[in-house]
Parts: sequence; C-alpha cells; structure tokens
Amino acid sequence: MSEPVVTSGFGGPQLGGPQLGGPQLGGPARAGQEAVRLENVHKSFGDLEVLRGINLSVAPHEVICLIGASGSGKSTLLRCVNLLEPVNRGRILLWGQDVTAPGVDENAVRRHIGIVFQSFNLFPHMTVLRNITLGPTRVLGVARDEAEEAGHALLVRFGLSEKQDDYPDRLSGGQQQRVAIVRALAMKPGIMLLDEVTSALDPELVSEVLGVIRELAAAGMTMLIATHEMGFARDIADRVCFLDEGVILEEGPPRQVFTAPVNGRTQQFLRRIVDAGRL
Amino acid sequence: MPVRGSREGADLDEQTLLAPGAPPPGSFEGNGRGSHLLGGQRAAAVSTVSTVVFIGAVIALFVFAPGAAAVRHTFFNPQQMKEAFLGDPSKGLYSVGKGLILNIEMFLIAEVLILFFALVIAVLRQLRNPVLFPFRMLAVLYTDVFRGVPLIIVIYGIGFGAPALYIRGISTQSDFVYGIAALVLSYSAYVAEVYRAGINSVHQSQVAAARSLGLSQWKSLRFVVLPQAVRTVIPPLLNDFISLQKDTALVSTLGAVIEANRAAQIDSSTLFVYSSYTVAALLFLCLTIPLARFTDRLIARDVSRRLAGSGTVR
Repeated sequence: MSEPVVTSGFGGPQLGGPQLGGPQLGGPARAGQEAVRLENVHKSFGDLEVLRGINLSVAPHEVICLIGASGSGKSTLLRCVNLLEPVNRGRILLWGQDVTAPGVDENAVRRHIGIVFQSFNLFPHMTVLRNITLGPTRVLGVARDEAEEAGHALLVRFGLSEKQDDYPDRLSGGQQQRVAIVRALAMKPGIMLLDEVTSALDPELVSEVLGVIRELAAAGMTMLIATHEMGFARDIADRVCFLDEGVILEEGPPRQVFTAPVNGRTQQFLRRIVDAGRL
Repeated sequence: MPVRGSREGADLDEQTLLAPGAPPPGSFEGNGRGSHLLGGQRAAAVSTVSTVVFIGAVIALFVFAPGAAAVRHTFFNPQQMKEAFLGDPSKGLYSVGKGLILNIEMFLIAEVLILFFALVIAVLRQLRNPVLFPFRMLAVLYTDVFRGVPLIIVIYGIGFGAPALYIRGISTQSDFVYGIAALVLSYSAYVAEVYRAGINSVHQSQVAAARSLGLSQWKSLRFVVLPQAVRTVIPPLLNDFISLQKDTALVSTLGAVIEANRAAQIDSSTLFVYSSYTVAALLFLCLTIPLARFTDRLIARDVSRRLAGSGTVR
C-alpha cells in the first residue's frame, strides 16, 4: 500500500513534542481548519440503515458529546470516523483531507486518531507497558527503549506506573480503561474518539475514568465522545449532539440541549433520563 | 455445590422415592470430580475399594481367562521382550529400542515442518487480500484433500509414487524422507485447521483495537491475533503431536525404515511370538504419556501466569 497518500498533507499531530498540555494537542491548530468534518454520512449493515445522513464538524480542541438511546448510531459514527467501518455514502474529512476517498491509506489515517472502546480491548497477552508501546514501536517505528520511556511517563502521569508490568486481566475495569486511554494517547493522536468508555464499568470506577477524560479536555484534546453519562456530558462538552435513528436531531451548547431542548424527541429522551435519576 | 440428598425438605419426592440408605442422586460420579459429594473420609474409602476391585478384576481376567496362559506367553514373554528390546544380530533380531530413536527423529523433523507449513496455510486462508485469492483456494483444496485421505494411503502414494516419477532429486530420496514428507503433508492439513480455529477464537474487538492503532492487517495478525491464537491451541496442537508420534510407526509400511514398529514386526516373525509388539507399545507410551503431562503443565502455567499478573511469576 502506498504510504504517503495521506501522511504528507496530513500535518497531523507533531511527533516528538510534549505529551500533554502542549498547544499542539488536539491536532494542528491551523486557523479556520476543522479537525473533523462529516458530510451526509450514510452507513448500513445489510438492510439496517444505522447512519442516515450525518453532518457534523468538529473544531480543533473542541469536545463534542454524542448522546442518544442505544442503537441511535453513536458507536457506528465513531467507528466510521476511524475507518473501522466503511461509509456507504458521504464524506469524512480530517484536517481538510477526505479520508473516505478511494486510495487513502487507512493505516496512516488511524495513526492520528485514538479510539477507546466500551470493553477496553486491551491485548491480554501483553503487559500493560507492552500494550502501550506496541503502536509506537510497530507503527511509528519508535525505538523500543524510547517508546517504553514515553509509555512509562504516560503511566506515571495517570497514576498507573505500578501496573506497567502486570497483565490486563489483573487490573480493575477502571484501571484497564485508563490503560486503554493511555494506549491511544501513546500514538500522540490529533483527535480522540471515546465510545461509551464507562458503560462497562462498575459505578464506583466510573469517576476515575471520567477524571482522565476531564484532564484530556483541559489539556486541549479534540474529542468526540459517545456517552450515557449525561452529567458528565453537561460538564465537559463544548457541544452536545442528540442522535436519534441515525441522524443528529439537535445540537448545541450543553446548557441549551439539556435545559431547553427544542426537538420533541430530545425532550422525550431527556425526560426518561431524568426519570431514571441519571441527570 | 450442595449435597443434594441431605438438604432438608428439598427434593421431597426424590427423597421419598429413594430407599433408605441408598446413595444420594449424583453419586455415580463419586470417585472422580464429584467425590466431594460424598464427604471426605467416606469418599476416600469408596475410591480405594473401587480401585482395588477394578484392578483385581483386570488381573483376574489375565490370570483366569481360558486363554490367559497363551496370551501371557505370546504377548508378555519376558525373555523375548528383552531380546526384542535390545536386538540380537546373530539371531536376526532387530532392536525395537534403537528403532524407536528413528521414530523420534522422524517425529521431531516432521513436527517442526508441520508447525511451519500449517501456520502458513492457516494465515493464507485468513488474509483477505484479493491478490492472494488463488493461494487461498489452493489452501482450502489442500486441507480438504489431505484431511480426507487416510495417512497410510498418503505414505504409499509418496513412498511408492515419488520414486516411480524419476525426477532428479525427488525420486532418489530414502524411505525415511518420503515417510516424513507424507507425515508433513497429512498432518499440516489438520494442524492448519487447529490454527485456524485458534485464529477465529480471538475476538473481533482485538482486531479492531489493533487496527485502530494503525497496525496493518498483517501486523495485527502477527502481534495481536496469532500470539493469542497459538496460546489457545497449544493443548489441541500437542494432542495432534501425540497422535503424530505414534503415527510415525505407519512409515514402517514402506519397508526400508527399520523404526520401532518395523523392528517389532521382524522380531515377531523370527521369535514366533508377539512380545516385541508389546515392547514397541510400551516404548510409545513412554513417549506419549510425558508429552500429555507436559501439555497439562503448559496449560496450567499459562493460566496461572495470566492470573498472577506479573510476568516474573511462573
């Protein structure tokens, strides 16, 4: 496969820069340049149309929360952005470049996008540290000791350094999910996609993971977050998008979406959330 | 697990249906994994008695059966077992013990080749690159054919067919080489399927995680899927190798390879008793039983290492 199709013009996050807190976190801050732009994205699985024309743009350093019932297409949307699912129609642009065009090297695109899954998906046969260094060493070609040093630094940063030689099975769900976040960060991505990262966790473990995400947001990471944690979404999001049956029905600042939703279905959804005592 | 029979009030009809003093339901499996159903001491006593009775019955069969004396003379003749084991050129006897070394050699060479070829075939069937389509078809055809044809026919086919072709370099090999080639051809088909089952047992989410880091399909397979797949299939793989170890005896049908089974054949036709086969059987057991125990230990170690966490724990 031809490497340079995307990488050259991609600009991407600068490698070798400071890990967190630097201004380049969240991608190259070119003036007026959108980090992500989805244009009329459609996605079907067989007869089931999961995404039915999604339009969305994400500015650098912006945090967007996707809310909506299960099956509304939040996860599929994130998987499409990461090219884990090919779209049927429409375009996805990353920093202005169409990554759904034919001939694009999907591996090169994915280097710049971190994704964290609901069920952690750590590699069970590797230690925590190896989980984190696999990408940098095998994809970016970083020397092993260098990658380990950087990985260790990230683990220290998130209070996981004692676990670096453990295998994932030994860790609590919260620790595993934090490791999964660190694994994604080790690639120095320009954008992070978080797919219901706290849904598989015991309630008492949710906050430690949300804390890490808050930290990322504070550091300026561009993020697209699918979540059921409405309180968290209200706190952290710059913008909230309500998805329903594969379309974005309502979007806006969290204060507006949560307190004065315009759309009837948004109101209905939020009422159910409130009734369940989750907001 | 509760002791079913002794739970008060529970399973009332079961209780009343049973005669007083009858064993509680589920006690049929008492001596094995279910022994705790009976409670400690009683279980030990029952299993001891059962074992003694069982072994006694087997011994009695050998001692008191009408033809027992003849069987002992033919199959368990100590003098001739010793002669067959050591061999005696002056009497035209081959050593079954030395023959076994040849079996081990064939096994070891074949094993390495099988592990390699089978993996190549399994991976070929897994890769979705359209360029590789003909190879994928070939791999499917190969596994279908060689899993379906009896090993002994493959051995005949190669052992007698290859020399008949008069191809330089191929037709002039020894039966030892043809035997190994046949074993590799036949077993690679099985082992490839074992690998494939292992590959398919690795959850798709692992592939998604690997690909999302930017790893190519091949690198995902190599660093994430295959290591997990191979760990899963080690027990069935070793099971196949236990089977391979004894199937090396089939190469004896080519005649010129004097391995353990062939040596036993010659000896039995010289001594007019079958004790040499007993020697060969015992020697094969000496190889396969340790291999089986080794398999168990590997599984146990892998489980404990993963659960114990730190990589230094064994």
